[in-house]
Amino acid sequence: MPAGLAGLENPLTEGLERLPVHPTSLVIFGATGDLAHRKLLPALYNLAHEGQLPERFEMVGVGRRDSEHEQFRDTLTESVRRYSRRRPDEQVLCGLIEDSRYVQGSFEDDLVYTELARTLAEFDEQAGRTLNRVFYLSTAPEFFPLIAAKLGAAGLNCIDGADTRIVIEKPFGYDLESARRLNAQVLEVFEESQVYRIDHYLGKETVQNLMALRFANALFEPVWNRNYIDHVQIVAAEDIGIGSRAGYYDGAGALRDLVQNHMLQLLALLAMEPPTAFNAEKLRDEKLKVLEAIVPPTPAEVPQMAVRGQYGPGVVGGERVPGYLQENGVPPDSRTETYAALRLHVSNWRWAGVPFYLRTGKRLARKLTEIAVILKPVPHVAFQGHGSVGIQANQIVFTLQPDEGVAVSIGAKLPGTRMQIRPVNMEFRYGTSFLSESPEAYERLILDAMLGDATLFTRNDEVEALWGVVDPILEAWRDDRNSPMPQYESGGAGPAEADALMDDGRIWRRL
Amino acid sequence: MSDDFWSERDTTPDAIEAAMRSMLRERHAENERLAPARVLNLVVIVDREWKGEIANRLERAGRYHGSRTILCAIEEGRTTLDAVATVSYDNPEDRLGVMWEKIEIDLGCEHLPGLQTIIDPIIVSGLPTVLWAPHRHDDAVRTLLGLIDVILLDSDDFPSAAEAFERVFAVRDHAYVIDLAWLRTTPWRERLAASFDLPARLRALEHACELDIRHRDGSSASALLLAGWMASRLGWDPEPLSLHTGDRREGTLANGDHEVRIVMRESHQEAPGLAGVTISCLPDLSLSLERGWGGLEATERFGDGGVKQWKILGASRGEGGILGDGIRLALLREPTYWPALNAARELSEA
Repeated sequence: MPAGLAGLENPLTEGLERLPVHPTSLVIFGATGDLAHRKLLPALYNLAHEGQLPERFEMVGVGRRDSEHEQFRDTLTESVRRYSRRRPDEQVLCGLIEDSRYVQGSFEDDLVYTELARTLAEFDEQAGRTLNRVFYLSTAPEFFPLIAAKLGAAGLNCIDGADTRIVIEKPFGYDLESARRLNAQVLEVFEESQVYRIDHYLGKETVQNLMALRFANALFEPVWNRNYIDHVQIVAAEDIGIGSRAGYYDGAGALRDLVQNHMLQLLALLAMEPPTAFNAEKLRDEKLKVLEAIVPPTPAEVPQMAVRGQYGPGVVGGERVPGYLQENGVPPDSRTETYAALRLHVSNWRWAGVPFYLRTGKRLARKLTEIAVILKPVPHVAFQGHGSVGIQANQIVFTLQPDEGVAVSIGAKLPGTRMQIRPVNMEFRYGTSFLSESPEAYERLILDAMLGDATLFTRNDEVEALWGVVDPILEAWRDDRNSPMPQYESGGAGPAEADALMDDGRIWRRL
Repeated sequence: MSDDFWSERDTTPDAIEAAMRSMLRERHAENERLAPARVLNLVVIVDREWKGEIANRLERAGRYHGSRTILCAIEEGRTTLDAVATVSYDNPEDRLGVMWEKIEIDLGCEHLPGLQTIIDPIIVSGLPTVLWAPHRHDDAVRTLLGLIDVILLDSDDFPSAAEAFERVFAVRDHAYVIDLAWLRTTPWRERLAASFDLPARLRALEHACELDIRHRDGSSASALLLAGWMASRLGWDPEPLSLHTGDRREGTLANGDHEVRIVMRESHQEAPGLAGVTISCLPDLSLSLERGWGGLEATERFGDGGVKQWKILGASRGEGGILGDGIRLALLREPTYWPALNAARELSEA
């Protein structure tokens, strides 16, 4: 008998691509909502298809919509058929849904939790063991503290012999104060190690690949500092408007919707020191150090480092589109920004003096998410007088969408008798270099939550640090009711005012 | 999916390579969002008469295929090389399109001693090269061993498991081996690992007393590899199993201070590979996994007569999917196959 078995390490798991997941009951609050319909339920199906769910897996949907178990199963089936990334295998789909349950009721109602506890106990009884519990809060954010408290009151926040975890969707708070309050409310009931705050960007392959490229290659790290990097641009541009989300969006705005979470996470991953180990605590410690090194602006500094804007009417994809204030459900005097651009500095030894430019907006020229690391120019160019198209600084560009990949721009000689230089790209694209299709971010994150791996989830202090960066800007914008809101034409690159953020002759990359 | 074609009778490797380069360049010049896939070269050696069947099997491997596949069809008496080259691509407007390359070469037995001089010029350098010879062609394989990084084979395709394992040992010094018979055991290994992952179950595994494996006729290599994996992971001492009629094998392995009885027997099923596995542990637990629709049917039996049954979800990969997995795994390295193979070889030496 190997020594490992005596120490209760499972010798059968070595070398397996798919590690065992402890038998689990997954409870989805908001199971009839849009996120569950489009993302969560199809993700669960794909995990089942690939044999990645635990050997004993049970699912309970909790929702306010009046529905029976059978109707919930029909909804689940429809979600999978419509949104799964692969055509479902009917036998697997049938196996996934046949024992799923639905608990109907208001989230305030104690009876919902009583019924939930009874259902979970029934699953445990059937399995002959206590199943782990994962509560997934896919609801409007105002219900997060309520559901956490009710789970605690019903004694569902922990159980002997198994693990209980709670997964909380974004937005985690509305500003720094509300995030602190929410953290406190959740942590009154659950330990921090039980809380999985989800930011689905972190489940994307390219985001994880950012770490692989930085820390598994000797090529990049030597230049990854203020000595070689001139500045960094992070862009998350969308070509669509707010659609039918006016109710949510007008209360949030671009800064809360994308900058506070996704974009600052990208910045942290790009700028962090190499973690000593790839585990949840080490990785999140390093990200936190970066976020804490971003000095928040004073109210007087905000206009110099942050620009907001609203999209006006314009033409996108050849079609005329309305401006933000003309969208259904948007108040005509709304001052919610649909565009935000920031210049941030990470005040530490590695990054001192290197500006990080962030820009996001709706109804821009195209859909694009990328991080561009622009290196400093070479100190002397001997070919200047030979009619080169232009000798540009090298750029390392990580693209998240529409194509996932990395490109390095370098100067190369044009064929011919003269020493003429032009920039060319060395590109790596996921689609061309790997056989595997990237799984949906939610598949990875749901599986990680069931495995108890919090590496790709956001810790409480990290959430507060993220809000700490944007809070002064939110306050300054909220207090400024008089200065005109910069407008930009739909289908363009954003407001001209954003150009003023780019100092020392730098310019925004073309979208 | 669109295709560009080139073909030539009585051609040369240089002409084939030039044609590929030309097709890729022209297509990229026409649409610069199209880029060639650069994952691995897959060289397949087949009998000419079964070329269509193997081509279909490769199609069913889904998205897992070589970025440049070179299918060599060997025909008795042929003296010339005839080749068809294809560049396939989808043409999305809003994102990157990928080009996949396939070259089919008809050649004769007289070409085999110099086969490496035909293949070498047309593989994409800098990429791993995988060789699959489903109809054996050991002489052709031998000539290519200096050129390849990975060899894909199927121990279940050999006349006997013992012969298959010898073959693996013969090529292991030249290339990394991926065995499709081993990949057929993957879901079983994953589920056994999961079933015994809880501390209490792991303790029960220390007292395993019987391993009963059911397999399809002709899949005894898969069964032996699964038993070899259990033995190597759990420290059972492998001993040759006795072989009985109907490919039934049985024997007893030492497991510390007690013994584990091993039984392997044929079971009727369509798909190659395993049909079921039962592990019994002292004093009173047995776990059975049986192949079923939409996953594995699990049954636990307890000494007091209690029985629990459930389904472990997972779609069948089919033989196409297993081949695709084999190609995908050419990019990875698996640490437990060799210990399992060593043990399986000892179990099979009757």
